[in-house]
Amino acid sequence: METHTDVICPFCGTLCDDIEVQVEGGRIMDVLNACKLGTAKFMSMNKKHRPLKPRVRGENGFEETTVEDAVERVARMLVEAKKPLLYGWSTTECEAHSVGIELAEEVGGVIDSHSSVCHGPSVIAIQDVGYPSVTLGEVKNRADLDIYWGSNPMHAHPRHMSRYSRYPRGYFRERGQADRTVVVIDVRKTDTASIADKFLQVEPGGDYELANAFRAALNGVELPDEVAGVPKKDILQTLDIMKEAQFGILFFGVGLTMSPGKHRNIDCAIKLVADLNRYTKFSIMAMRGHYNVTGFSEVLTWQSGFPFGVDYTRGRPWYNPGETTSIDLLTRGEVDACLVIGADPGGNFPRRAVEHFARIPTATLEPHETPTTYLSDVVIPTAIAGIEVEGTAYRMDAVPLQVRRFMDPPEGVYPDREILKMILDKVREIKNGA
Amino acid sequence: MKATLITGRTIKQGMVIESKDSAMYTEANAICELDPDDMKKLGISEGDTVRVSSASGEVHVRAVKSLQAPHRGIIFMPMGPWANMVTSPETDSVGMPSFKGVPAEVEPAKDKRVLTYPELLKETYGK
Repeated sequence: METHTDVICPFCGTLCDDIEVQVEGGRIMDVLNACKLGTAKFMSMNKKHRPLKPRVRGENGFEETTVEDAVERVARMLVEAKKPLLYGWSTTECEAHSVGIELAEEVGGVIDSHSSVCHGPSVIAIQDVGYPSVTLGEVKNRADLDIYWGSNPMHAHPRHMSRYSRYPRGYFRERGQADRTVVVIDVRKTDTASIADKFLQVEPGGDYELANAFRAALNGVELPDEVAGVPKKDILQTLDIMKEAQFGILFFGVGLTMSPGKHRNIDCAIKLVADLNRYTKFSIMAMRGHYNVTGFSEVLTWQSGFPFGVDYTRGRPWYNPGETTSIDLLTRGEVDACLVIGADPGGNFPRRAVEHFARIPTATLEPHETPTTYLSDVVIPTAIAGIEVEGTAYRMDAVPLQVRRFMDPPEGVYPDREILKMILDKVREIKNGA
Repeated sequence: MKATLITGRTIKQGMVIESKDSAMYTEANAICELDPDDMKKLGISEGDTVRVSSASGEVHVRAVKSLQAPHRGIIFMPMGPWANMVTSPETDSVGMPSFKGVPAEVEPAKDKRVLTYPELLKETYGK
């Protein structure tokens, strides 16, 4: 039995780097230290029915084919499309991102990631009003107040609280939990709220109003008896907790970005944090979901100048959320082909967007069966980054880490970056008239 | 009953991301979590089928008693193809669809069967 230590978990944006994996005979026998989500991802390697062969949709359903044939079909689909969409990217390594962006530019398509449907509004707000953020290491060592707003890490980032906020001992927080206060603001009394010191239950859609109430009270304005379902006394008590903290951190989740107000909710939360810095040290961080959704924004910004939703149809990068973002493009029927890399828009996009996805030519690079592979015309199984492929991933605080390869992919199954390079080469060959 | 629909990650939904071709995926995702008081009001028990509808469409899922209550008037569905039959594609010009805070209606539909995702996709998209 081989034991691999310090493995980085390729599931969520917490990127836990203390995982131990025991491997024997090409099977994962045990996973130590990981949460239920991470363990399930590692153990999925042992699935008996993992698809290994590329397949294409024929008259009688899917038919197996070769990698070369599948790659050529995808390349032709992209070359023949007027405006293809290349979507996904958050569950693969940065080295694949780089090739994918080059491919989007080569075919004059639109490239977009999960950011579009998770923290895109946060990115827009950050572009508007800045981002006074820190690293998770600073949070662990310094923070005595952790606020989770519209975020339920007990379900979405299960080790976030044990590694960085509620429980760990830090350099200036030697007693761990006893030195820390946790506040949760949510529309439901979530499992995270159940272990908080203070919970504020806000009305659905009331986040912008509540954030403004905090700011107003901080600036000396008298509040009404209740704001967005939260009693005035709770708002003022929470504000005192914020002002009296030595180092506060506001972690916000998609509860703010997906609710009415969207990017304006984040604008207001960031401005609240800026205001609090008149009293104490306070910071803010987005609870990024997929393990490398942050990495894609980093790579796309280096290569195009913009973080998500970049349109190359003009021959130069063009970024305009609401116009160049996946849901808008699909619901308006503006794209005529779609290549998906490590994502499941077929399952996770609203129905009207999927209706168009199901009508146009589509291809998916994906290790497992998903609603998206079910709807696609070409499916190429790929190796799994962080298990079978090494590479770079960015934690939610934008710290880059190297995910490890500790198993070999099955024969004939290649990393995303290699398949994308094959597609790029074939696209250039077709465009050059070969 | 009129309700506000919230969709999102649950730990059970997250555990089956790599096993969407299993029965566990339907088990974890094709559900609607309701406040216990709302379940009494609707006359339904855990496991009964309910119809959730919105301006975008409708879907049949299994009712589950929420462990994150109280949240009367709020229903929760794990992200996935069932929830996305009723979420809103409206992005308010920022790219983000409305996955949370969607006006919806929930009602008993005990005689209806919850579809698996291939059945749901076939019925909805014809593919």
